Amino acid sequence: MSSSSLSTSQQMNSQLEPSKAAAMAAPTLPTGAEILIRSMEAEGVEIVFGHPGGAVIAIYDEMHRINPSFEHVLVRHEQGGTHAAEGYAKATGKVGTVLVTSGPGATNCVTGIADAYMDSIPIVVFTGQVPTKMIGNDAFQECDTIGVTRSITKHSFLVRDVRDLAATVKKAYYIARTGRPGPVVVDLPKDILAARAPFRYPDSITIPGYSTVGKGNSGQVKKAAEMIQQAERPLFYVGGGTIISGGAEKLTSIARRANIPVTTTLHGLGSFPENDPLSVGMLGMHGTWYANQAVQNTDLLIAVGARFDDRVTGKIEAWAPHAKIIHIDIDPACISKNVPVDCPILGDVSLVLDQLDSLVEENDHPEWLAQIDAWRQECPLDFERDGALRPQEIIRAIRDRTEGEAVVVTDVGQNQMWGAQFYSYVNPRSHITSGGLGTMGFSLPAAMGAAFGLRGTGRDVVSINGDGGVMMNIQELGVAAAHGLPLKVVILNNSFLGMVRQWQELFHDERYSHTHLEPTNPDFVALAKAFGCEGLYCDDPEDIEKTLDAAWAVTDRPVVMEFKVITEEKVFPMVPAGAATDDMITAVFSPEDCA
Amino acid sequence: MQEASHFTPQQLFRKQAAGESLHPDGEDAVHRHVLTVLVENTIGALNRVANLFSQRGFNLESVTVGEARDPSQSRLTLVTTGNDRIIGQVLKQLHGLIDTLEVDDVTHEDHVERELCLVKIRCNSEERASILAVVDIFRANVVNITPDSLTFEVTGPTAKVNAFIGLLKDYDLSEVARSGRVAMRRRLAFEH
Ligand SMILES: Cc1ncc(C[n+]2csc(CCOP(=O)(O)OP(=O)(O)O)c2C)c(N)n1
Repeated sequence: MSSSSLSTSQQMNSQLEPSKAAAMAAPTLPTGAEILIRSMEAEGVEIVFGHPGGAVIAIYDEMHRINPSFEHVLVRHEQGGTHAAEGYAKATGKVGTVLVTSGPGATNCVTGIADAYMDSIPIVVFTGQVPTKMIGNDAFQECDTIGVTRSITKHSFLVRDVRDLAATVKKAYYIARTGRPGPVVVDLPKDILAARAPFRYPDSITIPGYSTVGKGNSGQVKKAAEMIQQAERPLFYVGGGTIISGGAEKLTSIARRANIPVTTTLHGLGSFPENDPLSVGMLGMHGTWYANQAVQNTDLLIAVGARFDDRVTGKIEAWAPHAKIIHIDIDPACISKNVPVDCPILGDVSLVLDQLDSLVEENDHPEWLAQIDAWRQECPLDFERDGALRPQEIIRAIRDRTEGEAVVVTDVGQNQMWGAQFYSYVNPRSHITSGGLGTMGFSLPAAMGAAFGLRGTGRDVVSINGDGGVMMNIQELGVAAAHGLPLKVVILNNSFLGMVRQWQELFHDERYSHTHLEPTNPDFVALAKAFGCEGLYCDDPEDIEKTLDAAWAVTDRPVVMEFKVITEEKVFPMVPAGAATDDMITAVFSPEDCA
Repeated sequence: MQEASHFTPQQLFRKQAAGESLHPDGEDAVHRHVLTVLVENTIGALNRVANLFSQRGFNLESVTVGEARDPSQSRLTLVTTGNDRIIGQVLKQLHGLIDTLEVDDVTHEDHVERELCLVKIRCNSEERASILAVVDIFRANVVNITPDSLTFEVTGPTAKVNAFIGLLKDYDLSEVARSGRVAMRRRLAFEH
């Protein structure tokens, strides 16, 4: 219990019986609903993605009366709301907020909460609940939200006493934001929202079982610096934790000073400029061939805020066979989870990089870098240019148009991998995707959330989708249109569930079982217009520029660009699921075919 | 399939650190560990501990729970199995729960372990004397007698409880209730 709520109840005890005190003071004390809103204001919440319903109608009523300092965006599906909060959090580094009703409102959030859990995204989800006395009775719109979300939240709270509400809100935001970030659910029974209590937002809270780490152990950091100094073929393997902690610049400075090449995970994209000669791009299943070669040959892998995911390592016994490993991470449970490491450093990645920065000396590895360059020449990341419309060319064109400064939000599938491979990220927080859970339908609402968070900054937000995933939260187009967000929504329409089709072609003898979408796809241009957006169509590489010109001319509403790309294009290179990294399949075309 | 000699030194290091076998068909070195855990005394906290084991696919052989010295806290004793890497994960994941206050692996520490067991045997008055002779060896207490049954209580390390139950297999055992282990280090935290 927090210090503030303790002092409140003590005060009341010393004066009057609590019930009498409450009864006498009742008309002037705020309701739980108002306390919630005031707490969110005190927490500095800027925007809430929400959807009303019976269990939270009191909160919406108070919002109407109070006109709070934060904005409320009425999403059209609670899943869209959670992804919007994720996109907002990823783009801004702040905590995203969601407000939904009980039962179906809460269950509709489950996918987004799981997504945020897997990708360590700080969001707080307020869910309505049936009145305390009715919990467990299968009441109308009752769902055991805490139970359902237990294994996909960093923590959760069921508020049982209105006097705990303000402190609970503070704890929820604190837990979501600190340490390894993650989603927190706060379940709010209807009677708690109606009950009254004095309001004071606590200045500080104590959570006895929760502590966060700061700097790394200086002995370990020194050991790491020595290992780095001695290594002949060192390689940075950088994950999303580096961006979350704000350590990207320090990483870049260390890598450049000691001339250490850098590969990033999907979530690490943007932590190190991909146009730097030291960058070897993304590693893993659809990483570059040369990044994976570097991993297989390095003698020192410096893992920074990364978690040795199976999409990165493939068959784990065969991965990085010659490497000693330094692992810097904030989450003790992540260290040595999948691969035992030689030098673990537990700490806030940014602070540990600070410590390392002062110890790592200038250095060079000319032979190693020359070897990597040779691999880069041998199998570059490229695509065929034969007059057919290919997704990679579109993404390259968008990169040129935005000079790499846009925030790119991809969906899941082939579009996600092309979006990762061909945009060439140079800034942290410029690439947003559902990496851990792999949630189709993520991009459009997440891009909307990012666009809300970046309003006024002049940064473009581009949502990249397949024709399958875009339909999973298409309803949010109307919300983006209503708010006049200048979102650029790209649909790479290959008429298939492309990534599944790719696996069917390569590993299931071309049995395209239930992946053809043409029969059920809508007219995307008409659909965009029906939602109040601009709709554009392109099916020829010659017209890409013209289409982008038209899209970037629109600044007061979303633009949907449907690109009718060829069906057969596949994502290469590729390490088949569960295979060893050395068994990577590279593209079937020869480099001469690439201009 | 790789022979042990084909592994790189780094691969050997990792396998050893994880407690994995160096031979292709060998079994991992799996050990039983006894953990004591102090959590906030709330339903939510207990749920989270139990849930963690199913969520992460850890084994859980037994759990005991009760109020700790401070009644606002619960003390659990967990028995789990796994190789070194997995036990390391169990400990870290338990630590990571927000309402976990302390986690201690007492397996290799000087500690005491006890388990309580209640046993009910169906028997008539003729059999009674011979049964009582057996249970006497184990210093089990008779906690109830009816014309058709005897109920005993035995306390001790798990091995003793196992032996006790084993010996009674020849009789008409009607019910067995075991508490699971509780464990505690022998010394105060600051003694060595
Ligand atoms: C919600 C959800 N359902 C199913 C999947 C499995 N899945 C992964 S990629 C993919 C195909 C996606 O097709 P599309 O959206 O058209 O994108 P493309 O791969 O063609 O770029 C599917 C079905 C998933 N990731 N998420």
